[in-house]
Amino acid sequence: MNSKQKLIKLLSLIIIFGVLITACGAPATQPPAATEAPATEAAATEAPATEAPAATEAPATEAPGKMFDGVTIDILTFVGPQVAEPLQRRGPDFTALTGAKVNIITVPNSELYQKILTDATSGTNAYDGYLFAPAWIVDFAPAGLIEDLTPYVQKDTALEWDDVAPFFRDFNSYGGKVYSIPLDGDMHMVYYRIDSLQEAGLEPPKTWDDYLAVAKALNGKDLNGDGEPDYGSCISKAPAQQSYWWIWSIAAPYIQSQGSSQGPFFNTKDMTPLVNNDGFKRALEVYKETGLYGPPDETNQGVGDTRGLFMAGRCALTMDWGDIGTLAIDKENSKVIDKTGAIENPGSTEVLDWDTGKLVPCDATTCPYAVDGVNHAPFASFGGWAGAVNAAVEQKQKDAAYAFFSYMAQPAQSNADVTVGTTGYNPFRISQFTNKQAWLDAGFSQAAADSYLGGIEASLNSPNMAADLRIPKNHEYIQVELDRILSEYIAGDLTTDEAAQQLYDSWETITEEAGRDAQLTFYKGTLGQK
Amino acid sequence: MDTTTTHEEQQPIQLHTIISGAADRLAGSVFILPAVLALLFLSLFPLIASLYVSLAKFDIAPGGFKLTFVGFRNYQKLFTGSEGTHFLGKFAPSTFLTWLVFGAVVIALAVFWARYLSSGKVSLGGVIGRVLLAFGLGSLTWMLVHTLWNGGRLGTASITLVYVFVGIFFQYILGLSLAMLTVQRLPGRRFFRVIFLLPMMITPVGVAYMFRMLTDTSKGPFTPIWQVLGLINFSWVNNAWGARTAILIGDIWQWTPFMFIVLVAALESQPVEPVEAATVDGANSWQIFRYITWPAILPVSMTLVLIRLIEAFKIVDLPNVMTNGGPGTATQSLTYHAYINWRALNIGGSAAVAYMLLILVTFFSMIFVNLIRQRTVETL
Repeated sequence: MNSKQKLIKLLSLIIIFGVLITACGAPATQPPAATEAPATEAAATEAPATEAPAATEAPATEAPGKMFDGVTIDILTFVGPQVAEPLQRRGPDFTALTGAKVNIITVPNSELYQKILTDATSGTNAYDGYLFAPAWIVDFAPAGLIEDLTPYVQKDTALEWDDVAPFFRDFNSYGGKVYSIPLDGDMHMVYYRIDSLQEAGLEPPKTWDDYLAVAKALNGKDLNGDGEPDYGSCISKAPAQQSYWWIWSIAAPYIQSQGSSQGPFFNTKDMTPLVNNDGFKRALEVYKETGLYGPPDETNQGVGDTRGLFMAGRCALTMDWGDIGTLAIDKENSKVIDKTGAIENPGSTEVLDWDTGKLVPCDATTCPYAVDGVNHAPFASFGGWAGAVNAAVEQKQKDAAYAFFSYMAQPAQSNADVTVGTTGYNPFRISQFTNKQAWLDAGFSQAAADSYLGGIEASLNSPNMAADLRIPKNHEYIQVELDRILSEYIAGDLTTDEAAQQLYDSWETITEEAGRDAQLTFYKGTLGQK
Repeated sequence: MDTTTTHEEQQPIQLHTIISGAADRLAGSVFILPAVLALLFLSLFPLIASLYVSLAKFDIAPGGFKLTFVGFRNYQKLFTGSEGTHFLGKFAPSTFLTWLVFGAVVIALAVFWARYLSSGKVSLGGVIGRVLLAFGLGSLTWMLVHTLWNGGRLGTASITLVYVFVGIFFQYILGLSLAMLTVQRLPGRRFFRVIFLLPMMITPVGVAYMFRMLTDTSKGPFTPIWQVLGLINFSWVNNAWGARTAILIGDIWQWTPFMFIVLVAALESQPVEPVEAATVDGANSWQIFRYITWPAILPVSMTLVLIRLIEAFKIVDLPNVMTNGGPGTATQSLTYHAYINWRALNIGGSAAVAYMLLILVTFFSMIFVNLIRQRTVETL
């Protein structure tokens, strides 16, 4: 090797080292996300929030100089067709009004929580907004991952925030601040076949024992005239789907009887789970027994399957959110038009004595809110889909994302969307209950509208309504541990006592890891207790 | 004078020589350094990083997340804690049959040890390897015999072993049978070779949806057949073994073509002379297969099984789509278990499960690699 080659080699080494050092040093020149956050937060308070909704009122022909020209917002939500469909359908309208292009990205429901947190905590921030479960706010807001929308809401007259039912306003807030905009109001109810119950001389169930009796009586009967035996009850039981919500709808009236602020999940004295007691065990038994009167593969069915069966006229009873009411009037797909009744969730004539863990009969003391001796605790399961804004994206993106959620939630859009079954959106505004014309226009008969809206309203106005769990790690308590143990119980792998004990132990483990005192403070806060 | 001048003139030359010599020596290493670093970054770093994650607890924190070191807590949860029954299964009380099977395995391991010790080739590495083998197989047998029957319940570790060994057994048998069939001079054999390959081309999620539909007794295409058989109210997924069987059928259907295509190649590359000679000598078909074909395709077969073994441990698509891991946790594999933890942002727990999977895969792969080596030596 001559000296020239050696010199070239030496220079090459120097260049390689130089490149390596530069490459290693490169990230340091990028401003950390944390330094950007305060700037955007400060800007948020100065954001011309009133302009965003105002833009939605602007004429579509106003092409030049639209508020969000050149802005593209990416919204993450769960895979359609429900829930994502209205966003996708109304996205182009929003673009025409404001200039902002809307991309809707969907992932399976079971992956949504993880997808949002991975994106936000890793600093990727690929999404400007999320349509998610408002119960997750308690995880996201303290970490500063989602934007405080209070300043936007305060200036947004088009949103008509006061028209949103108080429960949903509260459920979308944390620490007195609004973090998400509801597009949907969720409440579990029981739906029944009016014609089938009448023919059999049965009354709609008032208690869960009544539910089982009606389901048993109608199971195996031909309910849709096709000559095939049908099912007494259809409540989905597949793992990683909705079982963990159904069980609380059944358990709530056994456990909570002293009003909404009592809460059905934990003992507010010491944060011990209220699951290893006779009330929750009875709920487990009821849930499992409904499977005896359901489709053979119910253990592998999600709510989409059971809805399909109810629409096909194959189920006498089902439990669901408000979706069944609007799907039932679908002329193309429903065989139960004007045959569907809705009632608030059944209750119990016995409630849990929190001190002894035993069920005791209802009386004026044990069940102060009982109706005809039956304690009801309608469960506001999930809380409804709501839009939140990523706190780490640029101000223009935040404004556009908020404006889009506001646009979707405004009465002009929302009042129509909640009457269409395929949207997956249910009523959440006060005016949507009082003004029934929109429902009649959508195809409801007066009786069907009264039954459907009456059922939701009764649940929503109940002084003993049970709200969904809203404490940190609620996803782990409910959608991981409860889901696993419940599916093992339904499969027959666990006895009732074993399931209750295992759930108690696993919830205690989560509470210990998260900090018992902190969790208790959170929990009491969500119940309005001090 | 002269001496001083020479020394001064030599100094820069020596420095230059030293630098260029060093550059010459280092150049090779430095030039391959980026590639080495890239390889380490892509393979070793994730392994070490995930090992640390498996010893930590993930929490959301203002501005992002934090990892708190918790030692072996995530592993303790898997073996003796809240995830014990999920991972290892529910252990039933020991019975006569339990002891019989376990005793047979212990005796087999004792014979294996005795043969090794009497072979006169004892080494430290050999002893350590065999201790690990005996401990591993003994523990797995103990777990399986206590969870497979008598009120026990399989955990995700055992379920994965069922998927791997039952699946690969049938895939190999069917793949070999089809390969033997298509190497015969039968009409349309080329067409069928392509047809047999098709399942492997389909995405596993597609296969899972297809089998979900096929096993649906009330809405699937086989509904009329189920009706005739009086099984309209039967569901594959209501029973743990029914659901596992459905998943195994899907897995076998998808991966038999892989065995098939490689075995076709192995069979066709086999020299014809020994077969012809055996035929002339009056050997029957079974004897030709047993003493000529089988030894010829054995090395390929072992490699094939090893590849599938490693791959099959990672099964997740079929149980996820077909049964959601149910009924209960009856069809959850280890990967699915890790996925559930990851989905809940229990990243440490997820990494711990993934590491247990890695240990299991390495354990069986090592056994198999040693078996292949031993067979190859015997063949040579």
